[in-house]
Amino acid sequence: MTDVSWYESFWTYLGFTWQDLLGLGIEHAIVVIISVTISTLIGVSLGVLTYRTDRPRAAVLGVTGTFLTIPSLALFTLLIQVPLLGLGAPSVIFALVLYGLLPVVRNTIVGLREVDSAIVESAQGMGMGRNERLWRIELPLAWPVVLTGVRVSTLLLIGIAAIGAYINGPGLGDEIFEGLAQIGSATALNRVLSGTLGVIVLAILFDLVYVVISRLTVSKGLK
Amino acid sequence: MTDTKDAAATDSGAAPDGGTIAIRLEDLAKRFPGEKELAVKDLTMEIPQGEIVILVGPSGCGKTTTMKMINRIIEPSSGRIFLDGEDVTKVNPDQLRRRIGYVIQQIGLFPHVTIADNIATVPKMLGWKKERITERVDELLEMVGMDPGKYRDRYPKELSGGQRQRVGVARAMSADPDVMLMDEPFGAIDPITRDRLQNEFLRLQEQIKKTIVFVTHDIDEAIKMGDRIAILREQSQIAQFDTPERILVNPADDFVADFIGRGASLKRLSLSRVRDVELHQWPTADEGSSHDEVRRTLEGSDKSAVLLLDDQRRPVRWVNAEHLSRSGGGGELSGVGLPPEAMVQPNATLSDTLNEMITARYSTAIVVDSDNAYQGIVDIDTINETVRSMRRAELGRLRDADGGSGEAEDPEDEDR
Repeated sequence: MTDVSWYESFWTYLGFTWQDLLGLGIEHAIVVIISVTISTLIGVSLGVLTYRTDRPRAAVLGVTGTFLTIPSLALFTLLIQVPLLGLGAPSVIFALVLYGLLPVVRNTIVGLREVDSAIVESAQGMGMGRNERLWRIELPLAWPVVLTGVRVSTLLLIGIAAIGAYINGPGLGDEIFEGLAQIGSATALNRVLSGTLGVIVLAILFDLVYVVISRLTVSKGLK
Repeated sequence: MTDTKDAAATDSGAAPDGGTIAIRLEDLAKRFPGEKELAVKDLTMEIPQGEIVILVGPSGCGKTTTMKMINRIIEPSSGRIFLDGEDVTKVNPDQLRRRIGYVIQQIGLFPHVTIADNIATVPKMLGWKKERITERVDELLEMVGMDPGKYRDRYPKELSGGQRQRVGVARAMSADPDVMLMDEPFGAIDPITRDRLQNEFLRLQEQIKKTIVFVTHDIDEAIKMGDRIAILREQSQIAQFDTPERILVNPADDFVADFIGRGASLKRLSLSRVRDVELHQWPTADEGSSHDEVRRTLEGSDKSAVLLLDDQRRPVRWVNAEHLSRSGGGGELSGVGLPPEAMVQPNATLSDTLNEMITARYSTAIVVDSDNAYQGIVDIDTINETVRSMRRAELGRLRDADGGSGEAEDPEDEDR
């Protein structure tokens, strides 16, 4: 049946296009890395600023949570209207940063609030000031939880980034949308399949990177 | 109200015999936001240098709040705190805290750094040189009985509860503060380890002579650890501030008596040790003695058994008349009798000794020296006499002191 022919044809397709696919994959990864980095910087800062106070904390969690409920297609379409963003990578990154905030903010707040108050008190009792306590005690102790948030955020953004191709964003989404546009043609399935598998492979690779980062940055005393 | 103030004044008058005042709290008060009642109300108290002063009282009496106001983890609402005569009520709290050791019940070791880094926390903040820090860390680990080579690079999670507590104490002493605050430091540890750590700490304190403010809710711990005990009632009002002996013998009021609870006499027993009492003697015989010799010793005494000692005077067996007759009239005594139990050393408390004695044969605890050589015995009469003479002595001293300090009080008050 056609079964045999579709995967044979897929292999042939990969054989011809793997270099292009690799390029798309790298673009995809770069967009995600940039977005996650910005999300992490903003998210951790918001978490640090608000974890001690009830209302700001609720507000930050509420707002970043709301971002996630906006359908990505709609957000992309809105963003291309914004001057300076427009079509392409800037809008995609802007949207991804918004989507990536919640897991980071949430985990930063949870991680910092879970730090044993006795540890903080003993640090205070030894004459450690508030900033020193945050940098030397609280953040290192909360770090495994924060890192998990960043990891979740990354996986989320890898998926959403694919949709960025809708507004001319870079990455593997391109392949998927091309396939969609040619639906019915011989290569349509191959394109959608290769784009999707590419996203999955990328997600696995990122996960491995996080395993390494966690090994390197989480204190042995916390494992 | 006036009573407690007077009590405090008398005691500060009594303090100078121990030396200078390390910490002075003056009309210290704390009102927590949103609360009507003061948590601590106008507390005035002087803590003599080099002593362990225990703050003890029922839960909610404000003892922990009081202690935490000394290093200003809790900022006082009013009143003043003096450290070595210097008013530290308004100084930079972080600078102040680096001069004061702090140990809390949960210890609060930093789990993400090694034992060495935990201990080095304050020296690092004070900008000590690296070599000096390393040296100090090793010295402190040894001081608390932990091998530096073995434990320096471990993480807190790799230690037992008792070891963590030791590290907590070492960390508090890292920059050699004169004053240490300890909030139920032995509270979360099993009773056996706690007892050992308490003894170790007392031994350590004999060398380091820190001024220690120690909070506990356990009166027995207070009696054991304290040079002086402040029994606090609600709002950190001093019900009595005195030595453990005097509190036990002469509780200031019903509140104190209630708090000490029944068995004050029993508690007093943990204040004296076997070496402080006069030992009684028990008929003894050499292990190699003959039946007849032992029988003669037995008949010549009013006791019902003879204690056999080996050639180094270590107790070997109890032998009574029944044993002698059952083993026949032969010359050898080997294997006859029952093994000795309830052996205590001179540094054991009378309370421990009594405990041993109750379950032992002939209601007697055998006292041996550090080589296990026989010294004498303690029996129930010894303990009875000790309790009574302690009480007599303390009451006598109390009467003298009342007469004396009554006159000394007025000029002192004017001085201030």
